[in-house]
Parts: sequence; C-alpha cells; structure tokens
Amino acid sequence: MSADHGDDIDHGHPHPGMEGDDELGYYARRAQAIESLMIEKGILTSQEIQGMLDSIERRSPTDGARVVAHAWFNEEYKARLLDDPESALKELGYELPETTPKLTVVENTDAVHHMVVCTLCSCYPRMLLGRPPDWYKSLAYRSRAVVDPRGIMQEFGLNLEEEVEVRVLDSTADMRFLVVPRRPASTEDLTEEELASLVTRDSMIGVTDALSPQPAAIAD
Amino acid sequence: MTAPASAPARFGTGELVKVRVGTPSTHFRTPEYIQGKTGIVVALYGSFRNPESLGHGGDGLPMQPLYRVEFEQKQLWDNYKGPEKDKLLVDIYDNWLYPATT
Repeated sequence: MSADHGDDIDHGHPHPGMEGDDELGYYARRAQAIESLMIEKGILTSQEIQGMLDSIERRSPTDGARVVAHAWFNEEYKARLLDDPESALKELGYELPETTPKLTVVENTDAVHHMVVCTLCSCYPRMLLGRPPDWYKSLAYRSRAVVDPRGIMQEFGLNLEEEVEVRVLDSTADMRFLVVPRRPASTEDLTEEELASLVTRDSMIGVTDALSPQPAAIAD
Repeated sequence: MTAPASAPARFGTGELVKVRVGTPSTHFRTPEYIQGKTGIVVALYGSFRNPESLGHGGDGLPMQPLYRVEFEQKQLWDNYKGPEKDKLLVDIYDNWLYPATT
C-alpha cells in the first residue's frame, strides 16, 4: 500500500462496500427519516411497522411447501385451495390479511405450466412464501420472463415439451399468485411431510418443477 | 357500512378488449408491452382501489374493476420461441381497457 493511501477513513475518496457496518446508506437513511416522520405525525405507530415486518418474516417457502404437499395428498383439499384459497388456507392455520393484495392459486399439470413474474416491481405471494429471492427482483428476470419463459425454465433445469402450454402470470395489480407444481412421479408411497420436502420455492414460482424423490439406497 | 363506490364492470369473461396506450407521468400499473394489444377477459376479480390515486395519497375511489386478461404470446413478440398456444396473463384495471373489434 502506498504511503498516501493509509488506513484512515477520511482520505478523500469513497471505497464502496468498505463503509463501516454502522453507517447507513442513502436509501436506508431516507427510509428511516420517512419512518420517524410518519410516527411523529401519528400516521403509523412503531408497533404497526414492527407488526408488518413480523408478518413478512414469519412466512417462508416451508409454509407454501406444506400447503402444496397437503393439496397433493388430498385432491378435495386441492380443489378447495384452487377455488377459494383464503378459506382453504385457514384450514391449515394460515390467516391471510383482509387487506389487499389477494391470493390466487394456480395448478401446473401435464397440459399447462404457469410461471409467475412481476414486470413492474417485485410483487410476490409474501403472505405465504415470505420474501422473494433476489433473482426474482432482478431486471433480467423481470424483462425476460415475459418474452422467453421457456428459455428461463431451461436455465432452471426444466425442458418443457412443446405440447405443454406455458402461461406466464404478470402480477401487476392486487392479485398475487402461488403455483401448485406438478406432483412428481413415484411419490405414491410418500408421507405428506416427505412430499413437502420436494416442494421448492422455485417450483412455487413456476420457473421449474418440484424435485423428484431420491431413490432409496439399495441395500447390499 | 356501505361498500366504497366502484365504477361498474364494463366487460365480461370471454370478451375481447384492447389496452389503452398511455404513459402518465404519475403512478400507473399497466405495463407498456401490452399497451395497444388485444386480449380476452378470462376473469373478473372484483373491484379494487385505483392505484393511480392511491400512489399519490388519494383514496383510490371510485374503485376500479380488475380483470385477468389473456394475450397470445405470438401476438406480443415477433420472435417468440414457443408454440402458438403459449399465453401471457396480465391483471388490468377497467379504466385501461376498451372494447376490441375483431
């Protein structure tokens, strides 16, 4: 290291990514200022903000996988889930917020394959899956998903046959979408819990299928 | 409690609609890639507060009917790589649609 580039922080130019952990970036400071103002003006309370954060953090793809596995296991439940997700989810203890956005559940079959995107921002069924993955919010995914969905699926390892109709859902408004992926072959003997372990986050976005069960280890 | 005022749903499922072209300088949620395109209404979700008003501190009233509109991928993109039957579904508010004639 040259002598004019010592360890003192204030040496005339920024080092992106090397700021101390306790320093907030521009947007974080801006959000914090807006938050304090809203609390000061009585528009929101800090409890309400915390409640909102908790409700997002509480959910993860494990919750969605549990719902999908239950639908695979029980055809009648699946029909209810597709028809009226709000009350079907209540049966499993998931209370969706009464406010918008609402949830629609779609099913992938051997004839139709759904894939979800939000071309405008990052709309995602957070009420059931938690936070979206970073790639879902990337400009690359958001712009390519509508133009070349089959190409994206190939990159996720899924080569769909030409006979399958691809239906891309662009969640632009008050509706969020959860995909029930195709139930993999050779899963007739699995328990609901074992089924749930095959349901990945990506398969509930529809960029790929659910996992196939690992063949049981062959005894000697 | 009375339900908030809503604009009437002007379209039913199975009807052909065309998406209005426009890029207001204010908030709007109709992607440009389907503007001017013709699709078919496949679902009516009900009415929702208008995001173009909500986005600027308004009350979102009157509410706007929200439809799921289906488009043929081949009609959206010249070089679409996939079969004829592939579809794209976009949720669009009533005020962005008008009747299409075949």
